Amino acid sequence: MTGSADTSGRLPDAFLRPGSSSFVDFLAAHSPDLLPGRRPASGSPAGAGDPLAPHATTIVALTFGTDGADGEAGRGVVMAGDRRATMGNLIASREMEKVFAADAYSAVGIAGSAGIAVELVRLFQLELEHYEKIEGSLLSLDGKANRLSTMIRQNLPLAMQGLAVVPLFGGYDLDRRAGRIFSYDVTGGRYEEHDYHSVGSGSVFARGALKKLWRPGLDADGAIATAVEALYDAADDDSATGGPDTVRQVWPVVVTVTAGGVQHAPDDQLAEMVEAIVAERRTAHVAAHGDRPAARRRTGREQGGAHA
Amino acid sequence: MTMPFYVSPEQLMKDRADFARKGIARGRSVVVLVYDDGILFATENPSRALHKISEIYDRIAFAAVGKYNEFENLRVAGVRYADLRGYSYDRTDVTARGLANAYAQTLGTVFTTESKPLEVELVVAEVGATPADDQIYRLSYDGSVADEHGFVVMGGRAEQLHERLAGAWSEGMTLPQVLGVAVRTLGSVGADGALATEGAEREIAPTGLEVAVLDRHRDRRAFRRLHGPALAGLLDQHDE
Repeated sequence: MTGSADTSGRLPDAFLRPGSSSFVDFLAAHSPDLLPGRRPASGSPAGAGDPLAPHATTIVALTFGTDGADGEAGRGVVMAGDRRATMGNLIASREMEKVFAADAYSAVGIAGSAGIAVELVRLFQLELEHYEKIEGSLLSLDGKANRLSTMIRQNLPLAMQGLAVVPLFGGYDLDRRAGRIFSYDVTGGRYEEHDYHSVGSGSVFARGALKKLWRPGLDADGAIATAVEALYDAADDDSATGGPDTVRQVWPVVVTVTAGGVQHAPDDQLAEMVEAIVAERRTAHVAAHGDRPAARRRTGREQGGAHA
Repeated sequence: MTMPFYVSPEQLMKDRADFARKGIARGRSVVVLVYDDGILFATENPSRALHKISEIYDRIAFAAVGKYNEFENLRVAGVRYADLRGYSYDRTDVTARGLANAYAQTLGTVFTTESKPLEVELVVAEVGATPADDQIYRLSYDGSVADEHGFVVMGGRAEQLHERLAGAWSEGMTLPQVLGVAVRTLGSVGADGALATEGAEREIAPTGLEVAVLDRHRDRRAFRRLHGPALAGLLDQHDE
């Protein structure tokens, strides 16, 4: 049956067959055309930077909390992503969301080909929910991370054609009572990261910032502020990463995962943090250069080989 | 050569229906009641793992009586149906009506074409924005569908329990009130299967109950199981 949502008659036999609790496996057996990685990808193997499809960029994640008296409520993971999607050198979207709650205790952020990434996240969310409904219990955090790994691996043919998706997965481990972060490569390789990690085009700059800003024993608000500042630094140096947009009031998407579940940071809190960062940077600039533009003295002169 | 033995279609269907009905009446009842903030499902079930009540989708739940392996199979099929439909269209396009139709077709086909009918009775319920928007479908072993309003009883002694509920249930009741009504109704069937007189119902401990609600005020996933201290607290609230 290819009409995957056909409802006219009785439930197809595939639906009634006892088997796996995985929605992806069910799709692969029943309607493989709905899986992102299974579509025949025609055309020439395009290189990186294919400007036809929007591209999403930087995601950062960091753990917070200590083993101290605060208890498990004070531990978890913060994940944040900028809002820009690019298409070649154009901005495809200023309001894209790239960080999502995967289920009640985990979050996933995506960098790479936007359309496929969003589809993959939708499938991953459904995969976790499907398992939960059929089995009546949650997958372990490692189990969730491995499922995501399998799904990325299935996308390998598309990744080889330049439509790669690289997620960052973070969650609260109910058994270990702590936040954990997992990164992936395009072949589905899964790597557990400690303390902090970033993926996407601006990840180099974000990681540099995180390296200096992250410290053990951060609290949730401190971790959110650190994530926002790391994204600010990434946007400062990477054209494909969007900085906070104070004109349109567009802030990064920031989620916090703790034993209490997944929470989105409210806009007011983010606005306040962005304001504080901008004010701090301005003060530092004024201290260094006085109250004037940094490059005033070089006006009219050749500026190396940069495109303007 | 022996003569083929003639059985009239009427007799054949009647035998099958009797067979299925007997199997269903053997089990404990499930009650489904609408209250002001949602839909309540309750049954007597000491097991915490083998559920008779489950979540199908965001606003849709499933309750069943009869043979466990048969309704479990239908439940899993329902979850697959709903998730596939929601994935290929949109989450809002998954409806209890569509699922009830698919179940009805399946039950009906098995009833007429296979050697043994499914010994199950199902309820598929979808919670709406107001009690008037709630949908409750009751499906029988032969594929017949009934669109129910307010409350449903399935399983052993269903007819007598239905009468009791008709007297006790009213529109706009709160969760502790309907829970009290549900537990009293379930307790009116004794351990030996005999019906107790009103007011002399058996007490059922919270640990022996399987209770879940579709809460109309919850975002997205409305299904929530009630057990442990939360359930005991609600039962106490009613007794006070």
